[in-house]
Amino acid sequence: MTGIDWLILGLYFVFVLGIGFALKSSMKTSTDFFLAGRAIPAWVCGLAFMSANLGAQEVIGMGASGAKYGIATSHFYWIGAIPAMVFVGLFMMPFYYGSRARSVPEYLRLRFDEKTRGLNAMSFAIMTIFSSGISMYAIAKLIQVLHVFDSAFQKLGLSASGIFDFSIIVSAIVVLVYTFLGGLSSAIYNEVVQFFLIVAGFLPLSWLGLKSVGGWSGLKAKLDPSFVHSGGGMSNAHTNRLGVEWFGLAMGLGFVLSFGYWCTDFLVVQRAMAANSMSAARRTPLIGALPKMLFPFLVILPGLIAISLPSQMATTPANAMAMTGAPVATSEPPNAQGQGHGLIPYKLDAVTGTVALDKDGNPQLDYDLAVPNMLLHFFPPGMLGLGLTALLASFMSGMAGNVTAFNTVWTYDIYQSYIRPKASDEHYLWMGRVSTVVGIVLSIAAAYMANRFNNIMDMLQLVFAFVNAPLFATFLLGMFWKRATGHGAFTGLLSGTAAAAVHHGLTISAGAVPGIKGGWLAVTHTYPSEMAQNFWTAIYAWSTCFVVTVIVSLVTRAPEESKLVGLVYSLTPKPEEEPLAWYAKPGALAVIVLGGTVLLNIIFW
Amino acid sequence: MGIDIRLPIGILFSLLGVILTAYGTLGDTSRYQQSLGVNINLNWGIILLVFGVLMFLLGRRGMRAGPQKESSPPSQSSGH
Repeated sequence: MTGIDWLILGLYFVFVLGIGFALKSSMKTSTDFFLAGRAIPAWVCGLAFMSANLGAQEVIGMGASGAKYGIATSHFYWIGAIPAMVFVGLFMMPFYYGSRARSVPEYLRLRFDEKTRGLNAMSFAIMTIFSSGISMYAIAKLIQVLHVFDSAFQKLGLSASGIFDFSIIVSAIVVLVYTFLGGLSSAIYNEVVQFFLIVAGFLPLSWLGLKSVGGWSGLKAKLDPSFVHSGGGMSNAHTNRLGVEWFGLAMGLGFVLSFGYWCTDFLVVQRAMAANSMSAARRTPLIGALPKMLFPFLVILPGLIAISLPSQMATTPANAMAMTGAPVATSEPPNAQGQGHGLIPYKLDAVTGTVALDKDGNPQLDYDLAVPNMLLHFFPPGMLGLGLTALLASFMSGMAGNVTAFNTVWTYDIYQSYIRPKASDEHYLWMGRVSTVVGIVLSIAAAYMANRFNNIMDMLQLVFAFVNAPLFATFLLGMFWKRATGHGAFTGLLSGTAAAAVHHGLTISAGAVPGIKGGWLAVTHTYPSEMAQNFWTAIYAWSTCFVVTVIVSLVTRAPEESKLVGLVYSLTPKPEEEPLAWYAKPGALAVIVLGGTVLLNIIFW
Repeated sequence: MGIDIRLPIGILFSLLGVILTAYGTLGDTSRYQQSLGVNINLNWGIILLVFGVLMFLLGRRGMRAGPQKESSPPSQSSGH
């Protein structure tokens, strides 16, 4: 990084912190802090809704998948996000926002009972800490691998081994300061700034990348057709790059996982709860879906371009001079270890430093470096600063999203419910600030845990997947079937999680070793890919939860209907439409979003 | 809440635009081989500057109209 890049990064930090300070004086009640006073306009909530999800895993991970699987990765957007975002806006927001619940677990208490809320609140709180820790770990690791700070450290005479710690501390402090001061408003406002920065940093990257390969048609000519058609070979799991067949993709990803995330995860739903009116809350996910629909061109496309470029252009962390500020020679001789595929280098073993091989003895590619290497390859100083700032912004928005969701669930659903129920509002505001600090400290601990024990993190993520998979069945029945009971919901959730674990224990993906990848009970079925296994685990979990909730509800006492008004579809009056321009009505927005998505699916089939 | 978010976004992007435009104009142009001969700093800097000024003006109008009143979104998607 050169001086100009530092200037841009510094300017961003000043603004992020400045927003926190500017909002400090508006934080008078706990509602201001946790729900942004329910006073945020729809378009701001909408951009924050999509941006909170745009963390490390998203930007780096989608680019990596683009390089690995091709344009089929867009299924994660066009099938795995947009329909669920439309559904939550049109059909679920009236109950979340209308019930005046302050969090998703609180909705579960209003609709079902205390134990269902407790289960959801606890698992969610733990999950957010680990997600934010993993996000922080990913930032620090990336900064280390890209040698972003190396020259600065050298100048200051510091050891390069401190870069990991330095990155973690800096990102934690920045996120801490702005969420501590301005609560959810500050997180939301910063997510909007981060959204525009990500667009500003990645749009020119896609443009330059496309230009270098001769446009979309040039890219198509360079790659195997399986990379550039999203629908090809989907009738059979063995004939497409994802290793999934249509049913598994549509049900597993498009229905269970995607609806489970976008419709029930408080991290995103919280953004809509902060909206200034019911119609704004309903429009939040729909407005978020508009840019979401186009994001594959910003995050997946660079990955595809990275794999299509000639290999001798490969820049590896070892030989990339761009980061230290030296000019990049265009005819750089390929480094012995640096050769990979396109801009993607071979994966190096963390311990030995040699190229990592898969079980057939072929070298593995380090797909996670697809997007960072694209930035280094195409951006001169100046734009490089903007690109790296965009990358950091995405990490921070993911982290802040988790932290603000954590402090709310902790304060309202755990502290106020089980530890100190009748305290003053100032006390809960104070607790919100304390839990922000605690949440970040715990995230740092989780980041170091991820660094030292990779397996523990894998296992935790697996457990979260089991806990999350059945959730949407509970919400669907809760909102649309008045007969569903608390006992039904609770046993449904537990048995859904158990079903996920059992399915995972009995199946494995091709080429994997029994253990963390499945098959730890016995191997009864082998899926062609890990993705297919995950999708089917989710399908089993959801179905089990659905069936068990229905059966147990029918044998337990029905809830009183008078208590369910505003919580269940059939007992709630239709939300009144505010006078809005036709294009701003939730229904019209939904049609625009769905129509656009169908069109995109057809174009890239 | 207290501020119209378009105001700080406008200021930030105007500043980024000015920095990149200036650097693209005054800096060494030989480095743009990397970006396919395009002076990406200058070109993109101008676009960011225009976007920043637009957001700033919209934000100022929004603040005058009253911070509580919702105004129409500046653009539906990426904002450029």
